[in-house]
Amino acid sequence: MLSEPDVQVSNPRSRALLLSALYSAQEQYGWLSPEAIQHVADQLELTPGQVHSTASFYSMFKLQPGGQYLLQVCEGLSCYLLDGADTLVAQIQKHLGIAPGETTPDGKFSLQIVQCIAACDYAPAIRVNDDLHGHITPESLDELLAQLSAQEEGAEHV
Amino acid sequence: MFEPVLTQNVQRADSEKIATYLAHGGYAATRQALTGLTPGELVEMVKQSGLRGRGGAGFPAGVKWGFMPKDPGTPKIVAVNADEGEPGTFKDRLIIECDPHQLLEGTIIASYAVGANQAYVYIRGEFYLGYQRLVQAIAEAYEHGYLGKNILDSGFDLDVSVQRGAGAYICGEETAMLESMEGKPGNPRLKPPYPAQTGLFGLPTLVQNVETLACIPHIVLRGAEWFASMGTEESKGPKIFSVSGHVNRPGNYELPLGTKLSEIIYEHAGGIRGGKQLKAVIPGGASTPVLTPEQVDIPMAFETLAKAGSALGTGAIVVMDESTCMVEAARRTAKFFAHESCGRCTPCRIGSMRLYEALERLERGAGLQDDIERALYLSDNIDARTFCPMGAALVNPARSTIQKFRPEFEHHLEHRECLVRLH
Repeated sequence: MLSEPDVQVSNPRSRALLLSALYSAQEQYGWLSPEAIQHVADQLELTPGQVHSTASFYSMFKLQPGGQYLLQVCEGLSCYLLDGADTLVAQIQKHLGIAPGETTPDGKFSLQIVQCIAACDYAPAIRVNDDLHGHITPESLDELLAQLSAQEEGAEHV
Repeated sequence: MFEPVLTQNVQRADSEKIATYLAHGGYAATRQALTGLTPGELVEMVKQSGLRGRGGAGFPAGVKWGFMPKDPGTPKIVAVNADEGEPGTFKDRLIIECDPHQLLEGTIIASYAVGANQAYVYIRGEFYLGYQRLVQAIAEAYEHGYLGKNILDSGFDLDVSVQRGAGAYICGEETAMLESMEGKPGNPRLKPPYPAQTGLFGLPTLVQNVETLACIPHIVLRGAEWFASMGTEESKGPKIFSVSGHVNRPGNYELPLGTKLSEIIYEHAGGIRGGKQLKAVIPGGASTPVLTPEQVDIPMAFETLAKAGSALGTGAIVVMDESTCMVEAARRTAKFFAHESCGRCTPCRIGSMRLYEALERLERGAGLQDDIERALYLSDNIDARTFCPMGAALVNPARSTIQKFRPEFEHHLEHRECLVRLH
C-alpha cells in the first residue's frame, strides 16, 4: 500500500526499495557513510557496490557529512534573471565564510548550488533542508540566516 | 469564455484535502468511468479528445493507452511522471501540492482504461511538500474507497504508492525514470522496446505526465468534444503555462492551447518588469529554442512552435528583457545540462562539457577565436546522436541563442566584454 517501504523488507524487487532505503539511512545516519551503505546493502541483499552506484548518481544523497542546515541556492535561469543565484551565494559566502560545497566549522550550515528547483514563480528561491523559501531579498536572507543561527540543535524546520 | 478546469480548485482553502475535492464534484469522473464506461470506450474517448502529453514530447495520450497490451492475464503498471525538472517549469508542482486528488482521479481512470492494478507516482525528490500531500491524499482515497479492492463496486482493484526521486533531471525521461524506480542509476534505456511493451520490472507500463492525467477527469465528465473544442488543429484542450523571468506577475496560467504568447506575457503575466523592452523568450522550458520579440505573436501550440523552429515543450515561458546578456543565459543553461548528463552517451557526456566550456570562455571574455564555431559544431554533432532526447535538449538553447543573438557573442569574443549589463 502507501506506507514508506520498510528497509527491513526484502523481496525479488528489493532493489526497487533502494532509493527509499537510502533516504531512511540518510535520515538515521545524517549522511551515507560507508557503514550506512553497508547496512542498506545487507538489508536489501545487494552488494555495497550496487548501493553506492545508485547513491552516487543522485544529487540528494550525501556521501559526505554536512551541516545541520543545508542551504541550497538555485542558480537556474529564472532565479538568475531576478538577481538571485550568484548574488545570494555571494551574500551567504560573506555571511557564513563558506564556499559552495563547504560546511561551517560549527557544523551548522552547508552551502550548495543547485539547478532549477521548479519554484520559478517564487524566484529567487532557496531551499533549507526540505523547506522552500521564495522571493528572497538580501534583507530576508539576512533575517533567515539569523533565525537559523538562533535555532536550537535538532530543530530542523523553520 | 474560457473557464479554467485544471486549476479550478487550487485557490480554495484546504484544496489538497479530499473533503474539499468532494465538495466540488471530485471523484464524480471516477464513478462515471468505472461504473459507466468500458476500458475500450475510455481509450477511444481520450483519442477523440486530441489530448497530447504535457510532459514535453506531446505524444497523443489515447494512442499511448492503445499501445498497452489487452491481454488480461499480463500484470500492467501505470507510472506517473511527477519528476518535474525542466528549468522554468512549475505546473505539475501546483497540481501535486494544491490538487493531488485531481491527479489521483486521472491515475485511477487511466489505470482502469489500460487494465493496470498497480500505479506508482515518481515524484521529484525536492518536492517534499508535494510528497507529503500526495501520501496524505492517497491515504484519504483508500479510506473513501477510491483506491484498493473493488473500487465503487466496479470489480476494479488499484493500489497506488509514491516513490521519491533524488535529484536527477534525466529521470524525467520516461525510461530513465523506470530505471530509477527499479533502484538503479537513472540511465535511459534504448527504445524499442517501449515501456508499453517492456516497462517497470519488465511489465507493460503506461508512463504519463501529471498534467496529462489531470486532464482525464474533465474529459470523462465533459466529453471529448468539449476538450477538442479548445485549441488549434493539432493541439487541443487547456494547458497550464508557467511564466517566469522578467515579468510583473510570474506564475501559472491555465489557458487554451493556441493562446498567443504575447497575450500570455503582456495580459496574463502583466508585461515586462519596469517597463523594459522584451529581448528573448524561451517558450517551452530550457530545452526549447529561444524566440525573439518579432515572434511573440505566435500561438502557443505544438505545431505552430515546431514550425517556428522551437517547441511547446512543457509550456514553461521564461521571459528575458533588454538587460539580459544572452551569452550568460546560454552559458547558464549549458552548465545545467552539462551537470545533468547521465554520462552514458559520449556525445552528451563529453560534448555538453565542451559546449559549456566554450560558452563559459566567451562569457568571461576569454573566448578562443573559433569558440562560436566550436559551439555550433558541437551542437550539430551532439543532436540526434544520443540514446535519449537529452542530446537535442542540451544543444537547443545554445545553438538557437547563438543563431539569433550572434552579434552579442561576437562582441564578447572581439571586445572581451559584455554589451549589456544585468540590472
